[in-house]
Parts: sequence; C-alpha cells; structure tokens
Amino acid sequence: MTEAHKEFILMLEDVNKTFDGFKAISNLNFYMDAGELRVIIGPNGAGKSSMLDLITGRTRPDTGRIEYGKDTDLTRLNEYQINRLGIGRKFQTPSVYVEHTVFENILLSLPGTRSVWEALFSRVTPAQKERIGQVLDIVGLGGKAQARAGSLAHGQKQWLEIGMLLAQDPKLLLVDEPAAGMTDEETVKTGELLLTLAGKHSIIVIEHDMTFVRQIARKVTVLHQGSVLFEGTVDEVQNNERVIEVYLGRKKKENN
Amino acid sequence: MIQPASKSGNWGLTLAAVVLFLFPVLNAFAPVGSFLHVSDFSINLYGKYLCYAILAISVDVLWGYTGLLSLGQALFFTLGGYMMGMHLMRKIGTLGQYHETIPDFLVFLGWHNLPAFWRPFNSFPFALLMVFLLPGVVSLVFGHLAFRSRIRGVYFSILTQALTYAACLLFFRNSLLMGGNNGFTDFKFLLGQDLRAPATQRWLYLASAVTLTVVYLTCRWLSRTKFGLVQQAIRDREDRVLFSGYAASHYKLFVFLLCALIASVGGMLYVPQVGIINPSEMAPDKSLEAVVWVAVGGRGTLIGPILGAVGVNALKSWTTRAFPDMWLLILGTLFVLVTLFMPKGIVGLPGQLLALRRRYTARFKIAPPPTEPQRQLVKIE
Repeated sequence: MTEAHKEFILMLEDVNKTFDGFKAISNLNFYMDAGELRVIIGPNGAGKSSMLDLITGRTRPDTGRIEYGKDTDLTRLNEYQINRLGIGRKFQTPSVYVEHTVFENILLSLPGTRSVWEALFSRVTPAQKERIGQVLDIVGLGGKAQARAGSLAHGQKQWLEIGMLLAQDPKLLLVDEPAAGMTDEETVKTGELLLTLAGKHSIIVIEHDMTFVRQIARKVTVLHQGSVLFEGTVDEVQNNERVIEVYLGRKKKENN
Repeated sequence: MIQPASKSGNWGLTLAAVVLFLFPVLNAFAPVGSFLHVSDFSINLYGKYLCYAILAISVDVLWGYTGLLSLGQALFFTLGGYMMGMHLMRKIGTLGQYHETIPDFLVFLGWHNLPAFWRPFNSFPFALLMVFLLPGVVSLVFGHLAFRSRIRGVYFSILTQALTYAACLLFFRNSLLMGGNNGFTDFKFLLGQDLRAPATQRWLYLASAVTLTVVYLTCRWLSRTKFGLVQQAIRDREDRVLFSGYAASHYKLFVFLLCALIASVGGMLYVPQVGIINPSEMAPDKSLEAVVWVAVGGRGTLIGPILGAVGVNALKSWTTRAFPDMWLLILGTLFVLVTLFMPKGIVGLPGQLLALRRRYTARFKIAPPPTEPQRQLVKIE
C-alpha cells in the first residue's frame, strides 16, 4: 500500500466533518497525483469549500486522515504551518490587501522568512523586485504595480490573488472558483494560465462554469453530499447517469 | 523602508516639532507679561496633553494599523503611572502628614514597616525598569492567551475592557497596599528636584516632548517596514495573511507588547506632572476617551492621535470650566459626529473639503452650455 501511495501529493481517507449537526464531509476519500490538475465540481453544499478548509487547516476533521506528500499529517497543523509546507490557496471571493499597493501585495507573498524579527529589518532586494515584475506581467497587472489593490476591478483582483499565489510558488495550489466574476475572455486566459502551471505544480480547481471545466480539465471529481460521487474525464462525467441525476439533471430541471 | 515619505507632510511635521520644543524655551526666557510668554500653568497642562498623545498613539497603532480595538490601553498607562508613583511616594521621606518614613496611607492602614515589595522602589532605576517589566509581562501573558485563541474584533475589545476593569477593582482594594481608591498623591521630589518648581515642570514637559517624538518616529519607521505591511495586512485580511504563511498571532503579540510599553511610558511621565495617580484612571470611560481622541484626530495616521489627544483635551479643559456637567455629553456627541461625517478625523478634513470644493466647482461649471472639455471635467468627478 505504501508503495502505491508514494506518488500521491495529497490523500484524504475516511474524512468526516460535521458542522452543527450538518454533515459537510462524509467518508470522503480523495487521492491526487503530483503534477495533476484536478477539477472538483458539485452542487452547492456538496462540501467543496469545506474540503479546502480541511486541507488548509482552517477546520479540523472529526475523523479521518489527511496526508500531504509522503507522510505529512495535515490534521495536526494550522493554516500558516500548512502554507509553509507549500500549499497555497485562492479564496472564492478575491482576498487581497485592499489598502496595499499591487506591488506590496505580491511582495508579502514572495517566498522567504515569515518571522517577526526578519520582517522588521528586511529590505526589498533587486531580485525580489524583478520577480514581482515577472509575476505581475504573467497576471497582466504589469502597469498597475503602484495602484492601490482596492481600486482594481473585480476581475483584476482575482488575477492579483492568483499572482499572489504564483509568487508563493507552492507545490500544491488550491483554487476556489477562479473564474467567478470574470469576463469570458478573462476566464479563457485564467484557464490557459492554470494549464501552463500544471505539471510543475499540482492544482485543485473548484469550478461551476462547465465551459471553463471543459477547457482545463483532465480528470474531474464530482462531490455530492460530502463524498466523492464519481471521478473521470469531462465526457465520462457528463454522461454518467448518477451525476446527471444529482447535478446536471437537477440543473436541467431548474432551467425548465 | 518600503514606502517613500511624502515631502509636504515632513514640512508640517518639522513645524509642529519646532512649536513643541519652543514652548519650554518661551516659558523659561520670554519675559512674563509678554505675549510670547508661556505660563507655568500652560507648560504643566500641555505636558499632560503630550502624555495623553503618547497614549493615543498606542491606541492607534493597535486600532488603526492592526485592527485591534484595545480598550485596555488605560490599564498599561496606569500601571506605568503606578510604578512611577511608588518611587515618588518613597521620595516624600518624612514630609508626609504623619511624618513617618513609610507612606501615609500605610500608616493609616496600621503598618509600621515598609512591605517588602515596596522596598526596591526607593531606587529610580528599579522603578524605571518596572515601568517596562510589569506592563510587558501583563501584555505578553494576556496577548498570548487572547491571540492564541484567535480572539478578535469586538470580543477582543470586550476582553481588554474587562481586564482593565478587573485591575481597576483590584487597585481599589486597600489590601493590595497600593493606596486604595485614593491612590498616590502629595509627591514632593523627583531625582532630587522639587516637583512644584517651574524648572522641574519644564524638564518634565521636555521629557514628554522628546518621548513623544521618539515614539512617533519609531512607529512611523515601523509602519514602513515589511513588519508594518504585514501588520496592516492583518487589519485588512487576516485569513490571507495566515494562508500566506505568516503567524499573525506573533505579529499581533509584538504590536500589543510594544503598545503596552508605549502607554506605560506615557503614564510614567504623566504622574509627576499631574501629581496624582489612582484607580479611576482605569475606569472604562478613560479607555474610551483615548479611542475618541484617535477617532477625532484621524485613525490610521500617526499625527492624528496627537492632534486628537491635544485637541480634545484642550476642549475638555475649557468645557469642564464653562459647562462642568456637560463634558461627557459633549464628548459623546463629538464622537458620533466625527464617526458620521469625518471618518478620517481632523487629518482627513483637508482632503474632504478639497473634494467638496471640487464637486462644487464641477457643478458650477455645468451651468453654462456644456462643451466637450467641461463634460470631461464632470466625468472625472
């Protein structure tokens, strides 16, 4: 068993989590290979964001194992310790430092020491400046370095947060609905960016927009009532009876 | 440094610093009766305001820069004051009402010998050390527990308020041997100097002014370091800070400690100038008053708390003489008005007025038949 698991970058086994009597996650089993780009879909309340909360240490599971890499137990660590292991997260609503400049937002995300003492005496190095420039160019905010992040449009804030994630250079990226609030064109660009990152990084994307899912997905996991309903390619997912029943089917009914 | 300093701001600050240090000079050298003369009364009064300004900065570095509305800064201010007060009590010698070597209130309580914990306070360096040590330890213990448990927002405010009130009740007890509800007063000497002499008061003013300047410059430096960026990021988006690998609780604890020490030093300088320290300094309204100074002056700036502390207290001095019963009512009204109409306080007022004028002129310019450039002008608005 251990032989096979060496390849996994992330593994959730028999994970359960209940909030005030509501079973958000129920016997969830999830395995992901290093370098994979995995898309997670599911109806509202399926437990998608709860799953990210469990992985990133925001909440702890009631039971079950969550392991990262070979054998790092994530259930005992808190948010910043988990982040320091190389797990980065983008929230559903853009979460950037609105009073800081775009430049400063990226600066605070660059890898390096996080200690109080070092923060008092650290200075911006030319290498850091160059790296910030690169990241801003990738996310198309090159001309906005000195703008206040709060003054950016919604889509630009999403991009800035993606940039902050890139700057961290995490091994595992957890991306919660990156295309929310973006124009079609921006969505396509986001998809392209995620595709270029796959391979070097392992990425989990939560998404509702099926066009976007189709653009980026190799393997899709469908969550339903806190556990995995089905896993497969986009076509397999869209043709699976159970998936159609709980998810796509219900959507059709709503549309009618 | 990460952010460059603005040049126009520095001009105003230099001017303020000149006025700050000109006061004692005018008090000492301008002839009495000349319009340049600053009275001994004013020096004492403004020296007191400068201590309040130091307290206000400590409130703002927590509230305006870190998003932690602490209602416990009066506690640290008072603790610093008490440590200084204990030393001053020892320096009264046998000049008290009972002509004993121990403080009057201890005689009154039936003590004949000095309690052990009072003894080291004969030494000024020890008292000075305690000004840092006691608030430092209290803030570290409380801060560690609060931040580790992720207490934030209004819960943090309530807890700090409760801590201060608990300390207030504790100090009211005579059995603490800290003077009970009368506290300490009737001080005579500091470092061998007569406290009532104008020269001593001048030196105390000067010490307060220098301390305020150092505190201001330190906090300004801090706000421009990477630490300052993280600190302000915690205020705006704490979850993002955590998910970027920063232990937000460590940063908050550092700020809480720093601000406790700043407040304590303010209290230490305050006590010899007002000549009294008692537990009422820790009453809930004292912490709230400091919050009002910051709100009035301008939260999230460092000059704002200074303007607010001096301004509101000057108003208080005048009001309590002119309308003695109205002060709290006026303070409350002021807070409501500032919150509603001046969210950035006095510091933000020029910007607000400028925006208002721009809007007014823009509206005025629509009146003639609109031509292209004018329509653009409206669009900018």
